[in-house]
Amino acid sequence: MNTPALNENITPRFGAIYRREAWYEFLRMLRTPSFALPTLIFPGAFYLMFGVLLAGRSGNAEVSRYMLATYGVFGVMAPALFGIGVSLAIDRERGFLTLKRVLPMPAGAYLFAKLAMAMLFGLIVALMVMVLAATLGGVELRASQWATLLMIDTIGTLPFCALGLWIGSLLSGQAAPAVVNLVYLPMAFLSGLWLPLKILPAAIGMLAPVWPSFHLAQLALKVVGQDAGGSTLIHVGALMAMTALFCGLAWRRLSRPS
Amino acid sequence: MKSASARVLPPPILASLSGVYKKFGKIAALDGIDLQVRAGELLAVLGRNGAGKTTAINLLLGALRSDSGTVEVLGGKPTELAVRQRIGVMLQSTELPETLKVGELLEQVRGYYPSPRSSAECIVLAGLDGLLDRRYGKLSGGQQRRVQFALAICGNPQLLFLDEPTTGLDIDARQGLWKSVRELVAGGSAVLLTTHYLEEAEALADRVAVMANGRVIAEGDIAEIRRRVIQQRVRCITSQSESTIADWADVSATRSVDGRIEIMTSTPEAIVRRLLAGDDRLSELEVGRAGLADAFVELTAEEPA
Repeated sequence: MNTPALNENITPRFGAIYRREAWYEFLRMLRTPSFALPTLIFPGAFYLMFGVLLAGRSGNAEVSRYMLATYGVFGVMAPALFGIGVSLAIDRERGFLTLKRVLPMPAGAYLFAKLAMAMLFGLIVALMVMVLAATLGGVELRASQWATLLMIDTIGTLPFCALGLWIGSLLSGQAAPAVVNLVYLPMAFLSGLWLPLKILPAAIGMLAPVWPSFHLAQLALKVVGQDAGGSTLIHVGALMAMTALFCGLAWRRLSRPS
Repeated sequence: MKSASARVLPPPILASLSGVYKKFGKIAALDGIDLQVRAGELLAVLGRNGAGKTTAINLLLGALRSDSGTVEVLGGKPTELAVRQRIGVMLQSTELPETLKVGELLEQVRGYYPSPRSSAECIVLAGLDGLLDRRYGKLSGGQQRRVQFALAICGNPQLLFLDEPTTGLDIDARQGLWKSVRELVAGGSAVLLTTHYLEEAEALADRVAVMANGRVIAEGDIAEIRRRVIQQRVRCITSQSESTIADWADVSATRSVDGRIEIMTSTPEAIVRRLLAGDDRLSELEVGRAGLADAFVELTAEEPA
């Protein structure tokens, strides 16, 4: 007879479950080199190349600041889109999501873990770009500006998490990485993350407000005084609306009665 | 158990499907199924692929919703957290995250339950000794199934669902898992196990439910299942035609093999008498027991439309 050890807590603490769930999701992705290496290294490496080396040669400090803002945004998009989109597609395909759903896990813990994982990766990537900017890039900002930028990047992960959820709820584990790449890279370019919209064809600039990354980049650029002058409220509102839309689509898809 | 009086109450029902229908598109996966799991018993649900076994389990787990009928588990709905905290699950085809270590997976799932088994106990019961620091993706198929078994039992469940737990395992691994399942049942857990291995049902089950086309077509202990269907195989060389014999009462199947006719029946004495009466030159008469395998094939053979 397996008498359970006497236990004063009748129910396991939800907080502990959420925390463990998030930590193991982070570990799981950190140990997946095909995800962790590009996610953690590319934004910093690109910033070093375009924001520090090339900009330094042209002697333009403005470029280093512009790219600090935009490569931070570029950096936090990847863990959300790849980390959530691809892992959710795989979890669905491999029956792991079904198992999670029938285990006595509080309903929100699975989702929370994915969001927390993406935000933690986003935080790390944003910090790396900032450290490179402050040291090698010679970017000088007030402490409050650094802090605001870090906050925008980390919280700004959420709309891309929502988009990742939607993609992951639709596609197979095989198709998801390809589709994420098709979304991620063009969206980064078309939002002015690599080159300022000013120097790109006007049509791209007109289309830009369609992309969540444009709005997040504008918020980040505002901190370093290089945004296009749009209202903060509109950018925040657009991001919140897109988050809600993608979450809703993902929710509808995942809760489809089977 | 003490006396022959029939006053002993049957153990309480822990999980039940009552008149449950479930369609996928036009295909009826479950066609008015009734099934009960009682406390302390191991119920084996036998059936071919596509018989509806996995659908039945998924309904009992709340992973699917029924079209109609009642699904009850531990006095509640299978989707309730309080119900789920008292059950354990091993699904048929699940791959766990490859980069997590066995020990981490175990800690994660143990953490969902109010009074889980100790890790040490899980390791012993599932045979995970020495594997805790290994990543799941680096394990052999058999080891991965053992990890999944450990996750199913780690919550100290009252009721355990094992969906084809030994599919793809070699004979040693299978017998190791059988031993663990027996220990659990001896410890008081009820188990619902689906399988298409007959020996598995014979080795483990207190009760067997045979499923075909989304319904339970026979239910009882192994002996009863055997008794209910073809027990005996009668063989002989006779001038009587196979088609005539096939029409006799209690003949469930006939076939011709090497000039002999083979008759499956539950009343071999009557059949033999009739055979001898109808053909005094009958020869090579043989009567033998049919195994459960034969019974099983017969039970789940497609009904002629």
